Amino acid sequence: MFVPLLLLAAGPHYGDAIVVGSIGEPRSLVPILASDSASGAICGLVFNGLIKYDKDLNLVGDLAETWEVSEDGLEITFYLRKGVRWHDGKPFTSKDVEFTYKSLIDPNVRTAYAGDFQMVERLEIIDDYTLKVFYKEPFSPGLSSWGMNMMPKHLLEGEDLNTTGFNRSPIGTGPYKFEVWKTGEKVELLSNHDYFEGRPCIDRYIYRIIPDQATLFLELRAEGVDYISLTPLQFKRQTESRFFKDNFQKFNFPSFGYTYLGYNLKDPKFRDIKVRQAINYAVNKEEIIRGVLLGMGRVSTGPFIPESWAYNNEVRAAEYDPGKARLLLKEAGWSDTDGDGILEKDGVRFSFTIITNLGNNQRKLTAEILQKRLKEVGIDVKIKIIEWSTFVSEFIDKRRFDAVLLGWGLSLEPDMYDIWYSAKTKEGEFNFVGYSNQEVDKLLLEGRRTFAQEERAGIYRRIHEILYEEQPYLFLYVPDALPIIHGRFKGIEVGPGGIGHNFIKWHVPEGEQRYTR
Amino acid sequence: MIKYIIRRLIGLIPLLLGITVITFAVIHLAPGSPTDLEEQFNPKVSLEVRQRIAHLYGLDKPLHVQYTDWLGRLLRLDFGISFVDSRPVIEKIGERIPITLGINLASIILILLIGIPIGVSSAVKEGAFYDRFMTVFVFIGFAMPTFWLSLILMDLIGVRWGLLPISGIKSLEFDKFSFFEKIIDIARHLTLPIFVSAFGGLAGISRYMRSNMVHVLKQDYIRTARAKGLKEKDVIYKHALKNALLPVVTILGLSIPGLIGGSVIFESIFSIPGMGRLFYESVMARDYPVIMGGLVITAILTLLGNLLADVSYAAVDPRIKLE
Repeated sequence: MFVPLLLLAAGPHYGDAIVVGSIGEPRSLVPILASDSASGAICGLVFNGLIKYDKDLNLVGDLAETWEVSEDGLEITFYLRKGVRWHDGKPFTSKDVEFTYKSLIDPNVRTAYAGDFQMVERLEIIDDYTLKVFYKEPFSPGLSSWGMNMMPKHLLEGEDLNTTGFNRSPIGTGPYKFEVWKTGEKVELLSNHDYFEGRPCIDRYIYRIIPDQATLFLELRAEGVDYISLTPLQFKRQTESRFFKDNFQKFNFPSFGYTYLGYNLKDPKFRDIKVRQAINYAVNKEEIIRGVLLGMGRVSTGPFIPESWAYNNEVRAAEYDPGKARLLLKEAGWSDTDGDGILEKDGVRFSFTIITNLGNNQRKLTAEILQKRLKEVGIDVKIKIIEWSTFVSEFIDKRRFDAVLLGWGLSLEPDMYDIWYSAKTKEGEFNFVGYSNQEVDKLLLEGRRTFAQEERAGIYRRIHEILYEEQPYLFLYVPDALPIIHGRFKGIEVGPGGIGHNFIKWHVPEGEQRYTR
Repeated sequence: MIKYIIRRLIGLIPLLLGITVITFAVIHLAPGSPTDLEEQFNPKVSLEVRQRIAHLYGLDKPLHVQYTDWLGRLLRLDFGISFVDSRPVIEKIGERIPITLGINLASIILILLIGIPIGVSSAVKEGAFYDRFMTVFVFIGFAMPTFWLSLILMDLIGVRWGLLPISGIKSLEFDKFSFFEKIIDIARHLTLPIFVSAFGGLAGISRYMRSNMVHVLKQDYIRTARAKGLKEKDVIYKHALKNALLPVVTILGLSIPGLIGGSVIFESIFSIPGMGRLFYESVMARDYPVIMGGLVITAILTLLGNLLADVSYAAVDPRIKLE
């Protein structure tokens, strides 16, 4: 008696639509080709992976019910969920998984995600709902890579995935079915009533493309969109009115990324660890967060998401201490011999250029604060802002920079091999600062071979500690994600990873629904 | 005349070829590459993968091979496939041209309808308060930044008064509207953008018209017409206006390529999926096939527009003969 009553009280309210406003347009809805955030958002609702991260950032089954990793770490067995159907009614089986895997490693497919899957030796189908993946060597990041969205074999076999019409009319297994995509206007999805986790409460998901931040905000004020990401300025200053308090709900939680200043470690100035540590003391990160993010962010001390199990909470951020910075610089042999306020060593002035990319105002402001603080300890900083594509191919890839202000987007998988391994310094590879530390190299390899989370946590926490000590990057901040959502949507839960995890449970009480057909 | 047009058309071919060689070289030699995927690059996208993608795009071939490949496809009217979303370039451009063309046509018609009378009446009242007032008025439109005016109008009319939609070209429920409602809906969405773009363009035509008219009104034949005792209305609208309009024909011919070129700022603010945005986004993503496709179409239209201006000039002005 008690249970049905409770269900009734919390009864699901189906109906209504959510209009999400976004600056970017999706590029391709073939999930293995979707590398931009807009395509990712849509694919995330239309498709499922074998596994996913839950509210508390633990790996749980999605299309796979469970999985097993063999003792030696060389085999992963996935037991798939039975009775899952593609939106066209065909059953989902292990053949679809095999097809997705084969597409990922097909050299003719323009996928950006091949890397993790090239570590797979082979994939073996046991039956329709069981499959085994064999690795050449133990590769723990491989597990989370099976969160890759699965594609339907019966619709895509024999198609050229790069150009298939599927990229604009996808069919998946997810909570929402693709309805229509009007270029430059909107993508519309309808709820999948047969979804294996239950019918989503909101009937329609409309992704509106509005390429201008100011217009997006005006549309929000006119209630033409229900859900956007705010800038810190909009969050703190422009959405505090009665109107917004009455009609909208705001959230803030750490985003999956951090901003840093990376040094070119080939440069003799920055090769000296004391200099890098001095800069760490000379820069007030709290001030940057206050000035640039209006307080909507937190100090970062390492390359992991603060909520992740890999993050080392014992690493203490260095206090802002310009006196200590000057002392360290002096120990490193830098002193102001000619009295112009700028330090010299062997007749060379301490002057360098920070480069960053055009169109990111937060980075520009951060560079300006760095410039001011470093000037106070006798370091002359110039700032150069360069258009993105030129920035990457001419400056980062060719390592033509003194110091670079950039951000890394992160996933929950803490493997950082490509960024910190000492051999990953070829043109176009990601260790462009040229970091090299034998212990870190060893730990990175070990972290990739270890599956047990507690053991891996120890490894990555140690890497975190070493990186903060050695300062190849000046770790600056993790900005907050700042979504705002119309008040009529109920049931939104904030977890360590944000609010998206229970999207299918968001609902609008019947009297408040706006889009009814 | 026909001979002249054919000769000019043949002359366009080497010109067009030259344009494509230069633009192709400039675009490909500009730093950056289509494989610089994201704003924050992704450590999962390894170097091998990026090289593989470059190979699949054919970017590892020498430039002249890439050019001849591209030209060969173009001769078969194949503009190629976009690097960004793998759709045919012609489809991407094709779905945007009607939108941009429609807005630009509506706005140019509005400009002519308002600008020509302003120019004529200002010329007739040269130096009077009305003339000076109109000068100030059209230059305010000319000088006012589009984005600023747009945002102010959107805030006032769209948000505060709720009279017109703020952005986009259709409502979300558009597909369920009746035919009549659809027309109203599009008209409501386009009111602000067309007003803003026409307001900014008024100065050009009206000033041009005014100076032509002032010049014509000082001609001997106008004095003759007045001396004959013709009504001032006839003098201005029959004798003077016809001649003063001639240079406007040239301007219209030259504005043909502009009809399919949209402004990025304007289209972004009103979130109109037009040519300006497509072109800008393609340049930013180094989407070479789309950039080249857009440039070729613009180049052809510019050359044809020039030709059309010359021909129509001869057609309306009997003093000009084309040889």
